[in-house]
Amino acid sequence: MKPKDKQSYLEEYELLKKKGKPFFPYAVMKDSTMALIVVAVIIVMSLVLGAEQGPKVDPTTTTYVPRPDWYFFFLFELLRVIKPPELVPIATIGIPTICMVLLLLLPFYDRRPERRPERRPLATTAGCLTIAAMAYLTFLGATGGSPTEVDMKVAPQYEAGKEVVAGSGCLACHKLGENGNNGPGPELTHIGARIPRAAILRSLEIGPGIMPSFRELPPKKLNELADFLSSLH
Amino acid sequence: MAKLRDALLPAQLRKVAKPGSGGVPKEQAPADLKTSPPKRQTELERIAEKAKEAPIDTAAWLDQRLGASGFLNGMLFRKVPKGTNWFYTLGSATLIAFIVQAVTGVFLAMFYTPSATQAYASISHINNEVPLGQFVHGMHKWGASVMVILIFLHMGRVFFFGAYKYPRELNWVIGVVLLILTMTMAFTGYLLPFDQRSFWASIVGININGTGPIVGPYLSDFLRAGPEFGATTLARFYAIHMLLLPAAIIALIGAHLYLVVKLGTTAPPWVKAEPPKVATPVAELEAGAENGHVNGYERTDGGDGTGGTPA
Repeated sequence: MKPKDKQSYLEEYELLKKKGKPFFPYAVMKDSTMALIVVAVIIVMSLVLGAEQGPKVDPTTTTYVPRPDWYFFFLFELLRVIKPPELVPIATIGIPTICMVLLLLLPFYDRRPERRPERRPLATTAGCLTIAAMAYLTFLGATGGSPTEVDMKVAPQYEAGKEVVAGSGCLACHKLGENGNNGPGPELTHIGARIPRAAILRSLEIGPGIMPSFRELPPKKLNELADFLSSLH
Repeated sequence: MAKLRDALLPAQLRKVAKPGSGGVPKEQAPADLKTSPPKRQTELERIAEKAKEAPIDTAAWLDQRLGASGFLNGMLFRKVPKGTNWFYTLGSATLIAFIVQAVTGVFLAMFYTPSATQAYASISHINNEVPLGQFVHGMHKWGASVMVILIFLHMGRVFFFGAYKYPRELNWVIGVVLLILTMTMAFTGYLLPFDQRSFWASIVGININGTGPIVGPYLSDFLRAGPEFGATTLARFYAIHMLLLPAAIIALIGAHLYLVVKLGTTAPPWVKAEPPKVATPVAELEAGAENGHVNGYERTDGGDGTGGTPA
């Protein structure tokens, strides 16, 4: 913005202020009405939706749903869009950090004096696309369930391991045949062909990347799990 | 009450009264004495008279010491620009949501125990035994969602109205930091109920932080209070959620509001001060700008919110 533009903005703003109304009571009235609506909405949500407690924390559990609250879905779903393991840091930290920096520095690279949205096509389009992308990812996160059943035929000796997979929330992040969500974790349909049993077991114990560790599972279940996964060819 | 109103009105709109004189101009007293001979006041009437003066005396006493009336007048009676509409309530709505979070949070803290062994039981106690416990807990839980929605709507308004441009760049930066702190608040608060859902989601969340380049592992170790998710992790999240972030957010809200009052809110971008057909020619504007007058008005007054005066 050139000094002349700054000057003319300040002058225009002074005139607009002179033609305006005092903050009290005019703006205060609108703000108070809005405040009442906000508090009423929160009270109604509390009364209708409550604050139910889930089951107690149990690190050795076999049933859990590692889901963030809805307003983090857009970040979580980003991990499903960008899947190759070497690119995971880009999805988890890279893109959100770049977006935050771009947002923070917005007034320093968008310095043109124009303020009307229809005369700032680039900014308006970018803003609308960002909103659409966040809304879409949030929608994906809200509708992507966390299945607790594995619908596939397996040999009887792997039945126990299949139940552990179904009950341990694996399908929230992994795809297994026709079951589960495709990401953020790698597909498990042919995991046994790609990784030896010992490596699967080690992955379950250390929890690579963003995956939680399963070392607290009883050893029997851990072994059944590894047996089942390494049988998937 | 008329005297109290006089005391609160902007200086130029009220009769001048010396501080501490009870707001009554002194020269009035002799005039009154001449027109009506003094009646003998009963003790009761004198007390009633004193009681009537009390609010104005108190206001004057406080103002002498605080010097707040100038600030309050500047803030309350400052003009908001023409065209200010309902979109401009989103910022204060976010503030109200934050206040709801602060108040309900204080009450929850009275009953919550931030220990890995007792946290879950204390939430059960709040939900099932404390009077209105589940109601307050629910307000805090859903208030978080409402606040996140409002802060994004507020940011959307500022973005599409171009309100982040000169001279309000710094307030945009403060606002974005407030957005990030609010999301961090939501993240740390999610663990506190300490049920399965919040526990495992926090583990994944911390692991996500851990994948960052260079600082990632340090960040996740800091959040976990060590290489493993343990008993101290909950205490750490609690301290961040209860002490660190609220202090930072309150300080930044203060700075945000200070700049809002100092710089003023924008008008909607399509609102113009004058219809285009009577717009002042540019040459005249520039000439006016040089000698300090534009369209018969004195130039700006340093933005203290009181506006210029007609020349």
